[in-house]
Amino acid sequence: MISRSSLISRLDSPRVLGYLLIAPAAIILLGLLAYPLVLGVWLSLTSATLGKAGEFVGLQNYATILADPIFRGAAAYSVFYTVCSEVGKLVLGLALALVLNQQFRGYRAARALMLLPWVAPTVLSALAWLWLLDPQFSALSWLLVQLHLVHSNVDFLGHPWPARFSLIVVNIWRGLPYFAIGYLAGLQSISKDLYEAAAIDGADGWQAFRRITWPLLAPITTILVAFSSIFTLTDFQLIWTITRGGPTDATQVFTTLAYQRAISGGQLGEGAAIAISPIVFMVVLAFFVVRSVREK
Amino acid sequence: MKHLDRREFLATSAAGIGAAALTGAFPSLASAADASPFKPEKDAKLELLRWSGFVKADDTIWAENTKKFTAATGVPVQIQSLNWPDVTPKAALAAQVGSGPDIVMGWNDDPFVYPDKLVDMTDVVENLGKAHGGWYDNARSYCFDQDVKRWVALPVGVTGNALNYRKSWAREAGFNEFPKDLDGMLKMARGMKKNGHPTGFALGHAVGDANSWTHWILWAFGGKQANPDNSIAINSPETNGALQYGKALYETMIDGVSGWTDASNNQAFLAGKIGLTMNGISIWYVAKEQFPAIFPDCANAIPPYGPVKTHTIANNFTSAYVFKYSKYPNAAKDYLRFMLDQAQAGPWVTGMLGYVTPALKGYADLPIWTQDPNITPYRDVMQGAKYDGYNGKPGKAAAQALDEFVLVDMFADVCVNNMAPKDAMRKAETRLNTIYKRA
Repeated sequence: MISRSSLISRLDSPRVLGYLLIAPAAIILLGLLAYPLVLGVWLSLTSATLGKAGEFVGLQNYATILADPIFRGAAAYSVFYTVCSEVGKLVLGLALALVLNQQFRGYRAARALMLLPWVAPTVLSALAWLWLLDPQFSALSWLLVQLHLVHSNVDFLGHPWPARFSLIVVNIWRGLPYFAIGYLAGLQSISKDLYEAAAIDGADGWQAFRRITWPLLAPITTILVAFSSIFTLTDFQLIWTITRGGPTDATQVFTTLAYQRAISGGQLGEGAAIAISPIVFMVVLAFFVVRSVREK
Repeated sequence: MKHLDRREFLATSAAGIGAAALTGAFPSLASAADASPFKPEKDAKLELLRWSGFVKADDTIWAENTKKFTAATGVPVQIQSLNWPDVTPKAALAAQVGSGPDIVMGWNDDPFVYPDKLVDMTDVVENLGKAHGGWYDNARSYCFDQDVKRWVALPVGVTGNALNYRKSWAREAGFNEFPKDLDGMLKMARGMKKNGHPTGFALGHAVGDANSWTHWILWAFGGKQANPDNSIAINSPETNGALQYGKALYETMIDGVSGWTDASNNQAFLAGKIGLTMNGISIWYVAKEQFPAIFPDCANAIPPYGPVKTHTIANNFTSAYVFKYSKYPNAAKDYLRFMLDQAQAGPWVTGMLGYVTPALKGYADLPIWTQDPNITPYRDVMQGAKYDGYNGKPGKAAAQALDEFVLVDMFADVCVNNMAPKDAMRKAETRLNTIYKRA
């Protein structure tokens, strides 16, 4: 039996006390974060179907999905969707932040309004976009017709490439405020002295942006892009609400295909393998986030 | 003919049913209410998960009938209604975790995905079948699991699919009556399109509307997803014929059908953008209730024959099943028996203007079906109706193929992506082979 004094002396050790203090947080993290992930990985290695535990099948589910052209298409579009969306959000988010960094009449209201797409429930905004992209009743088409830019309604969702790009536009619209607000915070942390010094040295606006603003925004860019890429790569609601992966599986991504196979089709093992497969990309992105945070 | 409004329908048909039952005019609808062999467990309470009604009267009358059950048995029933495509995943999760609603009113071959988790419903099926003139063949296809060899669900009926069209635009195209065969329908569709009134059939991942018309056309030409031994049969001259027809029909359609959801054809039809589509009677019901300007011009027709010369209709089949984890399986069976008995189901079907066509043959005698010629096609949708995965074995594989839109995408590949029919058939065949081997 450990005596009271011995217990106190052990607790005095920073090593023991340290582990003890982080134990509750570690248990919560393991329970809430690691368990679902481990379960997902385990399911992907089994022949589990809805209601049946299945047997261990090794990497068979991964071999099956790699041979499946629909999965390969979904993987390709997931990456394309993520890359295009991130580029769009980065460029437009930065531009928006540069504008909102100025003090003009109503700039506070403009900053608040900018957040609307991000705070609105995703399903609600997806439904609104479904109407905006409707082949018959689209307000966007109506506007384009009124402006004489097109002769008839645009079929945004009926063909593979227009549907793919339409979803990217919707994703950019939704994620833009995240970049804009992040960049705005970054811009406001840059000392004005630097710009004054550059102006004294004869730097024009573009030079000041290239030599001062952009380098100082680089750390926050890494964090914004990495986090946003993880959200985008695992996007489900927008795509499921607007196209359900159609037409002809042209807009399937990892998440929609995993849902279709595992929940609707009952193939839990295969669905889990599809859902787990983007983890490679996410680990790389997480690595960049952690490294960037440490550097900062 | 005079069109009755909803109140008149309810009043006249309910009175008719009551009188008929009292005088024995409909022996096939003889009440089985007093002879329930299912005795609810002590302190039983039930939770039902079902799809929310497409027509208002569905939810209202179902809830009223449920109250009657509670009053008669003391068993409270909590009803949770969901948008119809959301019932399938919710029920699947309940099956997986072993907890959730006692009863699910779900769709098509969902029960075949987890038959081991479901209570044997054979006794209820036999009880109701005996009392109401037996079941249509389709009921067995969707509710009797051939692997576990028992009824895993109680057939309820179908939200039937008929053709909805504008009479004046059909007349302008030279058709005073709806054509009886597919060639005639195509001629009519071409005429309508020429006059500025295109047709519209969903070709996106619309769970109900895209599957219904593509399956109908495939079967009408003799095409089959699988053979009775579940070998894949999609790559055939018959499927080729169906795809060629689909492509010709697609040329008469409004732009954008390949991006349509289940709501799109209803909206386009009611807005006067299209003159012909396929849907449940809800489209006509909504026109009646909310679009008086176009309602007199709206009509419904039974889908015409193709080269096989028989009805080949694809309906959305709904059935009720009870999970084994339920503590009150007898109460659940008694509830379902009660709800499908004549005193409840008669007014339910009548109030919905036939939105659900019961799978019990006796209900074809309800007066509602002949109150208006536009309702009659929905009585007949069960005649010759086929099932997902026809002519293969109903079950998991067929369910998965439907969930993955394999046949819809085959049609879309030909119509929208300009793929040659032989390539589209081969692509579908490859996918089906994978699904059927895996299941």
